[in-house]
Amino acid sequence: MSGIQNIFDISGRAMSAQMTRLNTVASNLANARSFADSKEEAYVAIKPLFETEYASHAQTSGLATVNVRGIVPSNLEPNRVHLPQHPKADAAGYVWGSAVNVEEEMVEMLEASRQYQNNLEVVSTLRSLMMRTVNMGR
Amino acid sequence: MNSIRDHFGIHDDALTLRSKRNNILASNIANAATPHFKARDVDFEASLAAVMPSGLISTSNNRHIAQAGNSTGGGLLYRTPINPSLDGNTVELAVEQMEFSENVVRYQSSLTLLNRKISGLMSAIKGE
Repeated sequence: MSGIQNIFDISGRAMSAQMTRLNTVASNLANARSFADSKEEAYVAIKPLFETEYASHAQTSGLATVNVRGIVPSNLEPNRVHLPQHPKADAAGYVWGSAVNVEEEMVEMLEASRQYQNNLEVVSTLRSLMMRTVNMGR
Repeated sequence: MNSIRDHFGIHDDALTLRSKRNNILASNIANAATPHFKARDVDFEASLAAVMPSGLISTSNNRHIAQAGNSTGGGLLYRTPINPSLDGNTVELAVEQMEFSENVVRYQSSLTLLNRKISGLMSAIKGE
């Protein structure tokens, strides 16, 4: 990856990290009510793993942005639900429901979208400052 | 050239430092959700005093009041959080947003003052 030079690198990458987070939330919510034959096949919620990426000159400039190191499954366990009329139900009438906590995902969605907005606001503020600086002395 | 530079006073240095500080605060806001990230900031007055050619105001008489010197020298510091969070992140969005908006306003005032000085110089050059 190329180095972190300016505000567009910092906030742009932070925004794409938050967008990854929103995408995982969307996947989790979409699968909140999906059922599977076995515990292994059941959907488990996924979470992005954020890490700080420092600029090479971070010791003097203090610049740092966010990097998504990977997407990891959460430690929630799929739960066994009694749904005898479900086509995937076993002999005892049970299916495996996905391991997604809907309330937690909604909170995650709100937080990610607020932080996306914050970064966007920073970029647009600094961009207008840059335009005014370019026009200095006119 | 030097007299024109002197005419601008501290505002050109202030503008550069404000822009650096804006980038640092943007880094903090970008890392608001990263575990173990420690928010950084600079002591603006100390950094400005460090880059000014004259440095702190000198005193030549014992009745002069010395300017309060700052020992930090304008380096990068770590922010002390008011309410530290459990994941080791010391970014507090409210604090960072306030600092950012204050810094933006101060950048704009330095920019406006520079613009006034430039237009003053221009009208002196044109002699209209």
